[in-house]
Amino acid sequence: MSSSLTQNKGEDPGISVAPFRRHELGTQPDYFYPSYRATRLRAPSQPLIFLPHTLSEVTGPVFGHSDILPHDQDLTHQHAGEPLGERIIVRGRVVDGDGHPVSNSLIEIWQANAAGRYAHAKDDHPAPLDPNFTGTGRTLTDNEGFYSFATIKPGAYPWRNHENAWRPAHIHFSLFGPAFVTRLITQMYFPGDPLFAYDPILQSIPDERARQRLVSQFDLETTKPEWALGYRFDIVLRGHESTPFEKPKV
Amino acid sequence: MDLTPTPSQTVGPYLHLGLTDARSVSRIAGDGTKGERMWLTFRVLDGEGGPVPDAMIELWQADSEGSYTHQHSSANGSPFRGFGRLATAEDGSCIFETIRPGCVAGPGETVQAPHINVSILGRGILKRLSTRVYFAGEPANAADPILALVPQNRRAVLLAQPDAARASHWIFDVRLRGEGETVFFDV
Repeated sequence: MSSSLTQNKGEDPGISVAPFRRHELGTQPDYFYPSYRATRLRAPSQPLIFLPHTLSEVTGPVFGHSDILPHDQDLTHQHAGEPLGERIIVRGRVVDGDGHPVSNSLIEIWQANAAGRYAHAKDDHPAPLDPNFTGTGRTLTDNEGFYSFATIKPGAYPWRNHENAWRPAHIHFSLFGPAFVTRLITQMYFPGDPLFAYDPILQSIPDERARQRLVSQFDLETTKPEWALGYRFDIVLRGHESTPFEKPKV
Repeated sequence: MDLTPTPSQTVGPYLHLGLTDARSVSRIAGDGTKGERMWLTFRVLDGEGGPVPDAMIELWQADSEGSYTHQHSSANGSPFRGFGRLATAEDGSCIFETIRPGCVAGPGETVQAPHINVSILGRGILKRLSTRVYFAGEPANAADPILALVPQNRRAVLLAQPDAARASHWIFDVRLRGEGETVFFDV
């Protein structure tokens, strides 16, 4: 055992692990949220066990330019023709809890097409598929933490969670950040959607201000003249505790 | 700007489109990786014991020497990146090929037993669930500082078991809810 420790390259055993800040109450969804039916059999019933951060939590996979293909960030140019629907630009900045940019970090997105249909074998919503739209994108943030995708505004679609249930239009976002604990998968919504109040997935976040963080803003600066409306969606990943040795907040 | 971290949302039922159809990673350790090669099967089960056919498992692990220095290996073409991800099949299972990780330095003077860090995502899972795979029969488990935080009567659910039918194969069940519920960590 000790031999494996001494072989660690450049990692100081047991010290210099800077823990990440814990979430404030109400700013993240609960696991068990019965009005979102699928949580009833999939949410743990036991309380989570608090895990102080070790090397395993403060490290994480890193992705590079070799993981990105041409057209990965332009979902409107992944096929022979152009997809139907309203072309949009989604742009934003990824920062950590201290406002520092999260640079060169992988972002993956997926979404329904303009008619509200996913190019997925299990989506049986009777809305047309678009042969020119797959709805998947991938990019790295730049040195300042900025990213941008060109895509089509997704449509709302029905789901069978409750009577006459419809999901507000959204784009799924997946981010890694620098560590195992900064992993985030979320959904971006569009401003003013009348379905917000009826959507248990969005409403599962207790804090109203936190919910609003998932709603993108129309942005004239991102809007490209004669081409596409722009939406701004900034993302905050967890930052470090203020000092590396401070006891984490429970 | 409000610096409260962005809230999580479920990956939903179509996660494959964005995350695994073209981008799954079943082989965590490529050819030439040092260490004991092994295969690790996950089975994800719901609160009624039924298979969860639309979950995703992500793994993050140390190398055979207990080091995470491969964190930055995407640039140098190392065969070991320590990262894997797979969607579960109709029977709730998925299988990774990797190497057994070494012991990892823990808090203070402690040493963490070989373990693999796990994220579980899926429809009906509003934020990532996190657990750890340890290995049954590993002597270092007894002194592991994280296992020590888990009530004695629940520790067994964190131990992958060797597959009696296949050499070098291990099985880890993830029970999301109810009897034998997996220990999930607040990371």
